[in-house]
Amino acid sequence: MSMHSISLTINGKKFEGQAEARKLLSDFIREDIGLTGTHVGCEHGMCGACTVFIDGVGVRSCLTFAVQADGTSIETVESLAKDGKLSPLQEAFWENHGLQCGFCTPGMLICAEELLRENKNPTEQEVRLAISGNLCRCTGYHHIVLSILAAAKKLQGAAQAA
Amino acid sequence: MAATTTETAQRWVGRSVKRVEDPRLLTGRGTYVDDLHLANLHQAAILRSPHAHARIRGIDASKAEALPGVVGVVRGKQVAELSEAFPLGVAAPVRYYSCAVGKVLFVGEPVAVVVAKDRYTAEDACDLIEVDYEPLPCVLDPEKAVEDPTAPILHENVGSNVANHRVLHYGDTDKAWAEADLIVKTGRLVFPKYGSTPVEGYAAAAQWDPLNQAYTIWSNFHGPFIMHPVMCRALGVTEDRLRFIVPPDIGGGFGIKSSVYPYMTLMAICARVTGLPVKWIEDRREHLVASSSGTDRVSYLEAAVKKDGTILGVRMKIYDNCGGYIRTPEPACLYRATGNYSGAYLFQNLKMDQYAVMTNKSLTGPNRGYGCQQLYFGLERLVDQVAYDLGMDVAEVRLKNLIPAGAFPYTTPSGGIYDSGDYSKSVRLALDMAKYDELRKRQTAARASGKLYGIGVATAVDPSVTNMAYITVAWTPEERARKGYLPKAGSSETGSVRIDPSGKAFCMVNTTPEGQGHETAVSQIVADELGMAIGDVHVITEFDTFTRTWSITSGSYSSRFASVGASAVATAARRVKEKVLKIAAPMLEVNPQDLDVRDSKVFVKGSPERSVPIRRIAGQAHWSATLLPEGLEPGLQATCMFNFPNAKPPDEKDRVDSSQTYGFIAEVMGVEIDPATGEVRIDKYVTVHDVGTLINPMIVEGQVMGGALHGVAGALYEEMAYDESGQFLAASFMDYLCPTAMEAPPIEIGHVVSPSPFTVLGSKGCGESSTMTAPAVVANAIADALRPLNIAVRELPMTPNKVWKLLQEQKAKGVA
Ligand code: FES
Ligand code: FES
Repeated sequence: MSMHSISLTINGKKFEGQAEARKLLSDFIREDIGLTGTHVGCEHGMCGACTVFIDGVGVRSCLTFAVQADGTSIETVESLAKDGKLSPLQEAFWENHGLQCGFCTPGMLICAEELLRENKNPTEQEVRLAISGNLCRCTGYHHIVLSILAAAKKLQGAAQAA
Repeated sequence: MAATTTETAQRWVGRSVKRVEDPRLLTGRGTYVDDLHLANLHQAAILRSPHAHARIRGIDASKAEALPGVVGVVRGKQVAELSEAFPLGVAAPVRYYSCAVGKVLFVGEPVAVVVAKDRYTAEDACDLIEVDYEPLPCVLDPEKAVEDPTAPILHENVGSNVANHRVLHYGDTDKAWAEADLIVKTGRLVFPKYGSTPVEGYAAAAQWDPLNQAYTIWSNFHGPFIMHPVMCRALGVTEDRLRFIVPPDIGGGFGIKSSVYPYMTLMAICARVTGLPVKWIEDRREHLVASSSGTDRVSYLEAAVKKDGTILGVRMKIYDNCGGYIRTPEPACLYRATGNYSGAYLFQNLKMDQYAVMTNKSLTGPNRGYGCQQLYFGLERLVDQVAYDLGMDVAEVRLKNLIPAGAFPYTTPSGGIYDSGDYSKSVRLALDMAKYDELRKRQTAARASGKLYGIGVATAVDPSVTNMAYITVAWTPEERARKGYLPKAGSSETGSVRIDPSGKAFCMVNTTPEGQGHETAVSQIVADELGMAIGDVHVITEFDTFTRTWSITSGSYSSRFASVGASAVATAARRVKEKVLKIAAPMLEVNPQDLDVRDSKVFVKGSPERSVPIRRIAGQAHWSATLLPEGLEPGLQATCMFNFPNAKPPDEKDRVDSSQTYGFIAEVMGVEIDPATGEVRIDKYVTVHDVGTLINPMIVEGQVMGGALHGVAGALYEEMAYDESGQFLAASFMDYLCPTAMEAPPIEIGHVVSPSPFTVLGSKGCGESSTMTAPAVVANAIADALRPLNIAVRELPMTPNKVWKLLQEQKAKGVA
């Protein structure tokens, strides 16, 4: 099968590669770019583990072909911590036991990050709705919801202080 | 909010310390199987059966083999040449291989494997394989598979579909029946087939070393490591020729990944045939159709009761559905709960007539709560029926029959030794937290306004750390008494602790965690024992059968970490501490018994200003070993393999202490049913747990929340459903309905703490928790809601369409 050139920005860095037209973006990120933080839990768009930002929008990388990402800017879970410091959202997950096995976590973080970029003060119901496309089999969701609400508080505090 | 990891403290155990595993998992730096790299790694894809039952007349893989990039195709014939059938836990001569040989017995059974340069090519090649099948009639219901003489026989050489049958009789049920005022019956109960479906599926990579004739396998297998000898037997190698490596991170397991071992075997064979390292990552469809699930069960229960509600005895008839082949450790679903068959209740007479049956469904095995949700669904429905038949309150009947607080340690009629507990206190706490009386008043008001509101109560004795002897109850006492038979007995686990030359601690446990936070809990325990900050304690969970000190009972299953893992590592740390004090004693010119540790120092009790840093002791043990006090070995390390003295083989009356600690769960639930849609909404859910000493309350809470949702999911949403022809109906997450954050009900958790006298820290397992009670309490609550309409609840899951159908049928009869 013929190969296509793909050039994109991944977590702020340029990346150039080749892929068959049918190669999933999730596989391209994990196998070609070599970032294994993005996880694959179903490959049919139902678990949300593979969610990444493409040009700032949360997208399931298992439902996207790598060639579709040509020319875009992608952010994965690896981009969230800066200078070796966890982001406020990651801190909140740590403090509130928002993860157990960590397999759903990258997708949860991206979806939560997207919610908090758009809605600074979500209600519990809004948080639940925002992550309702992400399956977690470990936590029963309770602590994930608490984590996201706590992150919103942290970010509000930081915004006020600034 | 959780505590930080750098401060020093007197006690770390008992505090909600932030988990040490989280920073790497939050930043995408975990190491799961699919993240590993091996040189020249090839990928496998598996062709699976589209039939529930069929003979394989031929396989033509020539087109697949000719596809560029394909390096080999492995068929059942080769699998049968290069491996033996897996050893089984039963006498029935079932021949179970990692790939179908001659016949397929369920939809999704592996038929051939393609190995190729990448997964895409391997899947293309699977499409090119032509298999000639001769379809056969199928049977899916376990009771029918045994009792209906027209049912097809799956294994001709076995002669029936029964893999195992035993009648266990404890006490004297005939006497109980003669003395009873009333016999209460549940009718036919059906417990469904569902599984915990971890977000990471099965994964295995294998390598064959032709010079040493040895295999190395990487997998997210989490034990029990008894599967190591099982696989060695299948692969025809001695145990020094099979190396298992488990990476540090596993994406959830819940017992399901115990059953990855047939695929580990299959990949080992593929690596041998192709001479290349081969990896297989299960996709979601494969996982749902053919990995493993909990066991579905048909059961009939009866109780002999007195008018005052006293239960004198119970009889159960059980048909467990193990699917096409009885894969080890099945029929363990029937026996895992042997010691706690009688649950939280005092009755002394019990008869279990139980069958493990093979049908044309996928294979079953451990699934969080294993054997207990099936047991308690029946038992708790029975206790409700006792209350209904006697016109008593469901909570009152339970309180009347509970084992009293003064009775511990309590020996059950089937041989369990319940270590500690206060069951009435726990039930009363659950009732108080739920405001039970108020809830009943609300129910009355709701009913008056035409609503369907129900309240359920359920209890469970929550067993942890199984004694592997329990599985031998599947054999008769005569079989176990035969000459040359090696009785199985034990629940051991290893903990290793060492202090490096700089004074920091390194610990190893073989509990292969899949998200339970063992690294954190071990850090807490060892930090306490050695007087360190938990940031100075490093825990390595990555497992390797060639470098670890391990035993066949090692692993993460039956909630064994907090019981046996914690005991092993605490004991090892105490041994290291003892040595630290011996080295420090001459430095401080006192006896070792006058010393203790705190803040990374050894100090003289009573005059803490006289101290020496642990770093200095470590320096002496490593840099100046020759000058150590006489009789001490160099270094600072200890390994403890902890076991429980009660973990004995079953006796001649089939009594066995099947687990080594027993927690307790009491739950109250309120549900409202929408008569228009049949939808069940959980309005109130209170769960009280007694897990002994809590090592990290935050982690315990996480386990309870996750477990409760698994149980609720099995009761309301998830089902591995089949149609009549044995076609699988739930092969995607669009059909297999895992609850999302929107369905997760609010849960209130309470604790009663009865430390176990049998573990070092008093802790008991808590990993399975409400998985075993939630199905019962949901069923009881729904049954209570539907009682005014004369609708009985005898099966799960109670999906909206099922509830709606029950309501319509009753309406048609003119009742509702
Ligand atoms: S892997 Fe993409 S949604 Fe599940
Ligand atoms: S933490 Fe394991 S799936 Fe969410």
